[in-house]
Amino acid sequence: MKDAIKLLKSSPWSAKIGLAIIVLNIFCALFAPVIAPYNETELAGDVWEPPIWSADAMPHDTPVILGTDHIGRDLFSRLMFGARNTITIAFVTTVIAFFVGSVGGFMAATFKGWVDQTLSRIVDILMAFPTLILALVILTVMGTSIPVLVFVIALIDATRVFRISRAVAMDIEIMEYVEAARLRGEGLWWVMKEEILPNALSPLVAEFGLRFCFVFLFISSLSFLGLGLQPPLADWGSMVRENSSGISFGILTSLFPAAAIAFLTVGVNLVVDWFLHRASGIKDV
Amino acid sequence: MSDSVYTSKTNCLLKISDLYIEGYQEEEWRKIVKGVSLHVNRGEVLGLIGESGAGKSTIGIAAMGYTKAGCRIKSGSILFDDNELFGADDETLRQMRGPRISYVAQSAAASFNPAHKLMHQFVETAVQEGVMSLAEAKGRAKELFRRLDLPDPDNIGERYPHQVSGGQLQRCMVAMAMACNPDLIVFDEPTTALDVTTQIEVLGAIKEVIKAYGTAAIYISHDLAVVAQISDRIMVLRHGFEVETGKTRQMIENPKENYTRELLSVRKSRGETVHHESEETILEVNNVKAAYGNKVIVLDGVSTKIVRGETVSIVGESGSGKSTLARVITGLLPPIVGEIRFHGDPIQPMLKNRPKELLRQMQMIYQMPDTALNPKHKVKKILGRPLNFYFGISGKEQDLRILKLLEMIELGPEYAERLPDELSGGEKQRVCIARALAAEPELIICDEITSGLDQLVAQGILKLLQKLQNELKVSYMFITHDLDTVKAISDHIVVMYQGKVVEQGQKTVILDPPYEPYTDLLLSSVPEMDPDWLNRVIKHRQELADKGVNIRT
Repeated sequence: MKDAIKLLKSSPWSAKIGLAIIVLNIFCALFAPVIAPYNETELAGDVWEPPIWSADAMPHDTPVILGTDHIGRDLFSRLMFGARNTITIAFVTTVIAFFVGSVGGFMAATFKGWVDQTLSRIVDILMAFPTLILALVILTVMGTSIPVLVFVIALIDATRVFRISRAVAMDIEIMEYVEAARLRGEGLWWVMKEEILPNALSPLVAEFGLRFCFVFLFISSLSFLGLGLQPPLADWGSMVRENSSGISFGILTSLFPAAAIAFLTVGVNLVVDWFLHRASGIKDV
Repeated sequence: MSDSVYTSKTNCLLKISDLYIEGYQEEEWRKIVKGVSLHVNRGEVLGLIGESGAGKSTIGIAAMGYTKAGCRIKSGSILFDDNELFGADDETLRQMRGPRISYVAQSAAASFNPAHKLMHQFVETAVQEGVMSLAEAKGRAKELFRRLDLPDPDNIGERYPHQVSGGQLQRCMVAMAMACNPDLIVFDEPTTALDVTTQIEVLGAIKEVIKAYGTAAIYISHDLAVVAQISDRIMVLRHGFEVETGKTRQMIENPKENYTRELLSVRKSRGETVHHESEETILEVNNVKAAYGNKVIVLDGVSTKIVRGETVSIVGESGSGKSTLARVITGLLPPIVGEIRFHGDPIQPMLKNRPKELLRQMQMIYQMPDTALNPKHKVKKILGRPLNFYFGISGKEQDLRILKLLEMIELGPEYAERLPDELSGGEKQRVCIARALAAEPELIICDEITSGLDQLVAQGILKLLQKLQNELKVSYMFITHDLDTVKAISDHIVVMYQGKVVEQGQKTVILDPPYEPYTDLLLSSVPEMDPDWLNRVIKHRQELADKGVNIRT
């Protein structure tokens, strides 16, 4: 814990900003029911009311801070609940993708031979399909429920993680300390968990941050196409889609959820950049 | 170079005075060269010697007005032929480097561009700097290739770097350094990566060619015996300071400083081994044949045995199959033919089929302690794991055993909490030894375990191993190309060449005359602390060649 605080203190300002953004987002997601003035599905007023600072803002008992969406729900409240859904699903998906991908990658690197060939070729086949098309096909066949959504995106992302962890583990696997563990008679699990994983952690953590953003954007784009989270559940991607038609009338409501996506993406990437920098061992002179 | 230049200028070619160089480490600038002054006269060879961290390479490249990335020259002066190189602009430096000062690196294999032919790389500097035309440069290359005894000097330039042997490539690099007939060449450990037998060829070629062209040189090495062959004067460095400087012969015969004496004694004094009475054979290798990918045969009909409490040395040049033998014994590379017996019973050829108890009995120590220890594990975990894995020892008892192991390898209890990065090379190797000992094995296979270490540190490791052997009656299989080590620690010696056992037997039988011709070649290749050794050994080789011993070129 002390180390963590020390590390945080020594981090550059960009990383601190990134961390602050992430913490803010997590806070909103956790306390959405407390912060949000309205319920997720509750109608607050008229369709596409302007934000509170606008000259045409409508008076309300409970303030409608960012205005209302295309059917009159409070946009601010939906953003809070949206954070909950979007971030949680993205997080769970990334964790699954990383678990499957890195275990597969490490196994391919440690066993080599036919295990490596089989796993790598399966991954090649999956990667040969354009991701969006693959996701659309599976979602159409299996229906759009949250578990299926998580499964599909995790599967697609696991292939990328597999590639990276296999490459990283290959470099570590030839080290003599891994051979020493083998000669000792250690099993596969020990070799993967104790010898390879700690040394592969830095690049994988950096990749985790990037993947998290991609998943996040992927869910948003699926939602935008109508195959992501289903209404009335709020998520940022579908909020952009639902409100996008307003743009032609000069109503900028859809920009708020879009900004939320951009905001979190930038935040995560700032932290990731810092991590990559540390992992690569480059120090500022 | 014309004679007029000699007479018109002073005799002193390079004069470095009060040089301070700093390196950026752990967030601060630390001095690595601390006020060294030296000079090199025209046509003179100055040897720089010291252990790793002495700053010898840093000074060597500073002579060209250059520092490695992350280093900077703090103060001092580098006068080359009356030009100040410290702080000189790029254009001046460019005119100096190549045509007037050149550099020969330790690893020729890493220094050549694998995608270009040797000739192409040879002529590049000379032509680009406008020193000579392309045709002239090619002629010069052939002349130098011939001078350096390279085979087929007229056509060797048309080969790619991977098409010539390591020793030849190193000589090509010397030729390249000589391309523009420079005044000064900096040789940075040019023979360290080579086998002893090849080292002689390269050393002989360098000595011959710089003498012929009257080139001055700075010769950097950690091996005093090697430096003594080639230098007129030697400067001993330690921790960035000068220890002493003197004429070669004088320094060897009558060193002033204790540290120099220590360096000198490395090759001289090594303790006699205790004779072991036990005749209990623990490992037998019977007629083993092994190959990589079932094609390239690396071991052919190898048989040997190891007796309890004994040290068997496997000696040979690189490519002789000695490390492969270790892989076969440990089960990493199952043999095609032959068997391995442990305590008389044949054992499974494949590692994964061997029982844990057998694995415990045979432990291994590697050449590079840097890669043999997991950088993310503390010493405590590195030593604790075999204890737990083989004996199920954990908790308090484990801690006690770890302390005991640390005591055995002469390290304090505070080392338990350290990561490998916080240890020196010698300390890391000691931890590797402790890891092997934790399993309480009967046999420890040591694969070139001292060749990555400084000589004084290596000596400490060997002493430790002997002490442990006397206490624990463990057997060692010692793989090495360093015959000095062999002389010091072996009871039994196996000499290997190209995958076959040339001869084997008691140390006294192998190392005393009459010699088997190949053993003779190996033995005579070990540098001695005698400035005349190189001349003698080259003559000796000629005699061996006349006797029909195949010497690689």
